[in-house]
Order: sequence, then structure tokens, then C-alpha cells
Amino acid sequence: MIVLEKRPQPSKAWSYATPLVAVLATMVFGGILFAILGKNPIEAIGTIFWEPLFGEFAFYYRPQLLVKGAPLVLIAIGLSLGFRAGIWNIGAEGQYIMGAIFGAGAGLAFFPMDAFFIFPIMVIAGAFGGWLWAMIPAFLKVRFGTNEILVSLMLVYVAEQMLASVSLGLLKNPEGFGFPGSRNLQQYDSAHNAELIAGSGMHWGVVTALIAVIFAYILLNRHMLGFHIRLTGEAPRAAKFAGVNPARLILFCLGLSGALAGLAGMFEVSGPSGVVSIDFNVGYGFTAIIVAFLGRLHPVGILLAGGLMALTYIGGEIAQSQLGLPAAAIQVFQGMLLFFLLAFDLLTNYRIRAARSEVA
Amino acid sequence: MTTPLLSLQGLTKAYPGVVANDQVSFDIGEGEVHALLGENGAGKSTLVKMIYGLVKPDSGTMLLRGQPFAPPEPRAARADGIAMVFQHFSLFDALNVAENIALGMENPPPMGDLASRIREVSETYGLPLDPYRTVGDLSAGERQRVEIIRCLLQDPKLLIMDEPTSVLTPQEVEILFETLNKLRSEGTSILYISHKLEEIRTLCDHATILRLGKNVGECVPAETSARDMAEMMVGSTLQTPERSGREFGEVALDVSGLSVPSPSEFGTALKNIHMTVRKGEVLGIGGVAGNGQDELLGALSGEILTAADAIKFNGQRIGKLGPTARRKLGVLTAPEERLGHAAAPDMSLTENALLTGSVREGLESNGFLKWAETKSFAEKIISAFDVRTPGPENAARSLSGGNLQKFVIGREVLQNPDILVVNQPTWGVDAAAAAAIRQAILDLAAKGTAVVCISQDLDELMEISDSFAALNEGRLSAPRPTTGLTVDEIGLMMGGAHGMEVAHV
Repeated sequence: MIVLEKRPQPSKAWSYATPLVAVLATMVFGGILFAILGKNPIEAIGTIFWEPLFGEFAFYYRPQLLVKGAPLVLIAIGLSLGFRAGIWNIGAEGQYIMGAIFGAGAGLAFFPMDAFFIFPIMVIAGAFGGWLWAMIPAFLKVRFGTNEILVSLMLVYVAEQMLASVSLGLLKNPEGFGFPGSRNLQQYDSAHNAELIAGSGMHWGVVTALIAVIFAYILLNRHMLGFHIRLTGEAPRAAKFAGVNPARLILFCLGLSGALAGLAGMFEVSGPSGVVSIDFNVGYGFTAIIVAFLGRLHPVGILLAGGLMALTYIGGEIAQSQLGLPAAAIQVFQGMLLFFLLAFDLLTNYRIRAARSEVA
Repeated sequence: MTTPLLSLQGLTKAYPGVVANDQVSFDIGEGEVHALLGENGAGKSTLVKMIYGLVKPDSGTMLLRGQPFAPPEPRAARADGIAMVFQHFSLFDALNVAENIALGMENPPPMGDLASRIREVSETYGLPLDPYRTVGDLSAGERQRVEIIRCLLQDPKLLIMDEPTSVLTPQEVEILFETLNKLRSEGTSILYISHKLEEIRTLCDHATILRLGKNVGECVPAETSARDMAEMMVGSTLQTPERSGREFGEVALDVSGLSVPSPSEFGTALKNIHMTVRKGEVLGIGGVAGNGQDELLGALSGEILTAADAIKFNGQRIGKLGPTARRKLGVLTAPEERLGHAAAPDMSLTENALLTGSVREGLESNGFLKWAETKSFAEKIISAFDVRTPGPENAARSLSGGNLQKFVIGREVLQNPDILVVNQPTWGVDAAAAAAIRQAILDLAAKGTAVVCISQDLDELMEISDSFAALNEGRLSAPRPTTGLTVDEIGLMMGGAHGMEVAHV
């Protein structure tokens, strides 16, 4: 019989090793899954993990990694601060949409003027839009004790309706021949979040994501506010005893995660996407939740996890088109990754021991 | 010689890093009240958990009436006639007595039948209890009755009681003892766990003393002095903390008309509390657990805000200040619950030193943390209070209860408070550590700190406090000088028998 024995304190070695072990286990079991589907498992795994980075068309896929990874990391960093404190913002998708609407709206308000200050104003407006949307669950929680999980999640669907409404109305391209969707910001220089180095995929959103990682790292490890965030998550009563004001922490964590999600939406709409349209959002806000946990709520971990997630997305698409793997198989593969991560996570706090099954 | 009811032979149980029980053997006779005596951490709980089937021994055997007995789970132990009343009750506040009892049964009878059986049993044993009352409204003594009746419904041969009197007033203890005596006269054996020596001397026929997991001696309590038993428990002569006659200064803490609702639903609201503590004075606050102790500590620490002038510190109104602002002024507190309230379990000792030390020890500047200074503050606590740990980078939960308690108290004492409020400072702490903590509190008072010590250990309060008051249902009795107080007077201050009907056996 196998028993789990609680470690006196969490194992450092395992907390670093579990993500790697989880990726390996995903490869093994994913390979078995692909084999059952009648594909060559080594080829399939190779396509997913190798092709985007070093394959024949890597010059096209590598920039895509940054484009897909940046919003995931940016949103996940914001979410992770709240998750650390036990504040569950599940509605980053909605804040992402609102950031895009506010950012694009601010830019389009100046159309066709050309000026250096338009883009910075859009950045601020995007962050404000996301912040505002996150303040609704934050305020309701502080004032009336509502559950932020439900409120923030419901507001995603409200934001989607708003997106549809502005795509068809307020922000609709007057020269768009009646098609839904805004003017293309890629064709409006002052508002375009262009690549900083052509062909690299590196745009302002990527830079912001990296800054957010550094900022979060310093906040959590070197600042009282970060200490209070961690303390609240680990022992709420001790946090109250230490003098943490829970309401202020809720406003800060939800507000910051909303602002970062809004920024991600703004950089997406003004760059890779270019257009406010009904199908603008593709689920970055939800996937970022997985990224946050995959990265163990640690800023550097999230950076790596965002990259890994982007890799499985792009690799998964390649595997679909080249090997004819069904999309569902790719989703199962991604699900396995999260499952194994959470399962192996147990080893950080417990050790496995073979028990003698005797009765004294 | 007759076969004993239960015979333990060479029971051993080891946990990683500690041997909880080492070759423990003793017998419990039929109809005998057998005391299991020992300090916290001596292995009493592990031993009874083995008898009750919660823990499997590594080696050794048990014989129940001569038959091998190895319960794989509590259900099997109960089927063999072993019942246990735990120190911490497992009752649902929102359900009534009968429902709570039904929840613990294998095949509960219809509610009406159960209620009448509860009435029958409770009256036979002098424990009057209405099966339809909501548990949330019961006093601690009445809740214990629920647990006892739950056991008696199984008609047990051996009743195990783990520290049953820690939640009772002296008057309630007397009622309990009458019930236990009646059970004994009917042939039920009782294994009575306690570290309260006088109780054991009045109640028990036989005592087994455990120290560091080993059986270090047996005695007949009625013929042994309390001091001898204490020294067997501790293994050395006891050192009583020194206190010199002290002069008190001006009033440092002035609480007047303090009333606050409890933050938790089944907590106790504080009602119109008045007290003053002078510089250098130790005010002891006794009372049965759950009578407002947590709420009083919260109100004094700033976790619960009150009317501004309900609490005054050196004349300054501080009722509306939060914990950080009060720490800055010099009002420090140490809550009862070490893990989760006074300290964060999974954080290192360094981080836990920061938890309350940041303001007074200057461990932050402009919000940025000074980890090097914080670490040396943690090291200072560890060395000054003899905290046994490999170093400050270890998680709080890796420390034993006594060591963590020394750390938590030391963290506040070393910050030179003007007022120190402690709740249960030596709960679950071995005798040597308890003596060190009490001495630290007395030393602090000698330097002019006003100390409020909330505790359920009356002996401790008599030992260290200059004046004594008792909390009862959220009300505080008027403080009186400790010298000259009798046990009866203290019992009455604590609320007497809480209007509980006296057992009519």
C-alpha cells in the first residue's frame, strides 16, 4: 500500500521540479493518446514542441510565440497577485475586452489626426477600461460582500455584449461597406502598436509584459504590500492581526489585474488584431488563469508558463494542419498538462512512502 | 486476580523525528477510574488514539478482557465498547442536540425515539439536557454533556475522557465528577486524561504517568502528594517563577464601557467591559473558553475596532486605531491561536518576525523590506527565547507548539511594549517553556509594562497576576487583588455552574 506523508515543510527541490516532471508526463501520456489515434507519437510530440521553434517555418512561428505569449503573461501576472491573496478574479476576459474597447475608442476619437500623444493616451485608456470593469466586482465585494468569482465571470458576458454593440454601432467603420467592425488601427499610424523590430513579433505589449514580470517580482519579494498579499493568502487571520486592511487589498488586487488585462486587450486591438470586431476575444483571459497556476503564481514561472502555453497552441495548430490531429486531441493534451502539474504538485507538501500493511 | 478490562503491553508509536510512545504498558481494571497523567507532548493523546483505533501502533499489543484487541478504525473500537469524549467537541452549532447525536450513529433510530432515549440516559446519569435545544446556544459544560451522552448511548465498557475539565468552571467540574462516580459504581471503567493534579487526586483510583512517551511510574493518587506527581511528570524539581514586590505606576490601559459584537456568528459579544491596568501591573483574566476571550484580544489588538474612547492608552483614545497604529504606540498583543493567527504556518520565521515587528523594529523603509535586519531580529528572538529550530528560514509549522509559542511571545516581548496583551500564553507548552514564558512576562512587568494575561489556566493566573477578573458570557467581573482569593470565589466570578442543573444522582 502507498501512503502519503505530510512533509514538515514544503520541499524546495520538488517545487522547482514539478513543472518539468509534469511536462515530461504530459509528453508520455500525450504520446500514448496520439498513438491510440493512429499517429506516430514521436512525430506528433516533435511537431508540437520542436516545429514552432526550430522547424522549417520557425521564422514565421517564433514571432507568433511572442504575440500569443505576451497577453497571456501580462494577464496572468495580474491575476497571480490576486490569487496569492485569495482574491479570485475569473473575469479577466471581460476586462481584456473593455481594455480593447476603451483603448481603440480613445485612438479612433482622434482619427485621422496624427500625433505622438495618441498612442500613450490609448494605453492609459486601455488600462482604465480594464480597471473600471474589475472595480465593479471589487466594489460590490467590499461594500456588500458579494462573491467576486461570480460577479467578475458574469461581467465577461456583459463585456461580450458591449463588444458586439460597439462593433455594430459606436465604433463601426464608416467606410466599411456596412460590415461589422471598427477601422483597422494597423492602418492608422498614430494608433498602431507596430512591431518594434520588423518581423520579430516584439511589440509594446511584449515589453509591458516583461516589465510586469519584473514589477511583480519586486513587489512580492521586496515590498510590504507584496508581503501582505502573500500573508493574506496563506493566513487571513494572521494578515488581519498584522494590520492588513482586507478591503484595500481587494481593491488593489482586482484593480491591478483588471488594468493589466485591459492593457493586454489594448495592445492586441491596436497591434496583431487591429480591429474591434465581434469575435475579437479568443479566450486569453481564461487561458491566463491556467498560465498563472502553471507558473505556480510566481512571476518568473508565469513567464515560462506563458511561453509553454503559447508553444502548445502554435504547435497544436501545426499538428492539426500537418498531421490531421483533431482539435479536441490538442485540447486534451493541454488539459493533461494542467492535470499533471496539479497532481505532481502534491509532492511539494507530501512524500510518498510504501507502507507495511500489517496490523499490530 | 481478575483479568483487567484493558491491558496494554509494550505499545510503541513513532512519528518522523519523535517517538510518541515508547514501550508503554499498563492495565485498566473493571470499574476503575484510571488517570493518564503527563505534560503536553508526553504522548497521552497518541496513546488513547491507539486505543480508540485512530492510530495504529508500530508494535505492542492490547488485550480487551484477555482477548487480542486491535481496532483498525474507531467504529471497531466503538463496537467493542470503547467510547471517547474529545477535548475539542465535534458538534454542529446550527443543529440541535438530538440531530448532533444522530449524526454520530451508525443506524440512528427515528428522531422521536432518539430524543426519548437521550432524555432517559441524561436523567439516569444526572446530566439534564433537552434534546431539542440548538447546540449553538449551549454552554461549554452543556456541550460536553452532549458528547458524554453520545458515548453513554453506546453503553460503553471503557469511557476515555481527554482533558474534560479544561472548559469547565470549578462548580461544573463537581457536577461532572458526580456523574463519573455513578458510572464507576455501575462498573464502567474510565480512562481520565489530565494534567490537573488535584482533580486526579479526588477522582481517580490509579494513575499512570507518562513522560516523553515512556511510562515513568504509577501511583495511587489519593496517597501521593500533588508535588510528587508533578515532579514525576516533569522529571525534575519545579521552578516557580520569581516575582518581587512591585510598585505600580499610573494607569496605562483604561477600558471603559467596551461593547462590541463578535465578528463570528457563534462568538460571544463583549458587553460593557471596564478595566484599568497600571504600569507594572499584571491583570489576569480567567474564564471558560468561548466567553469572549478572542473578542477581547481582538478589541485590544485593533483587529476589532470600537468606539474611540472605549480604550485609552496613557489617556489617548485608541479605540478606532488599527493594529499597526497601536503597535506604533506600544500596544502589543499575542493571540491564542499560534498557527494561522499569531503566525502564518507556511511562512519562515523571518517572515513571521516581520509580521508584527515591521513598525517598531524599523524593518521597512518606504514600504521596501529590509530582509537582513528582519533576519537578525528573528535570530535575536530565537536565541533570547531558546527557540529550538535549525534556523530562521524554517517554516513556522515545522516548530513544535511550545517552541512556536516561545517565538510568538518573544517577538512581542523583545519589542519593548508599553502594554502587552497575551491570550493563553502557555497553552500546549511543556512545563519548562511555560515557566520561561511566565518569567519573561513578569520581567517585562518589572520594567514597567502593563500586562493583560488572558488564560484558562487558573494556577497560571494565580502565579503571575496581581489582580484577577473573569470573563463570563462577554461580561468582565470587577478586578480584585489576587492575594487572598479562594477557589470558590474565583468559580463564582467565572459564572458558577452557569445555571446548569445540578446532577441529582
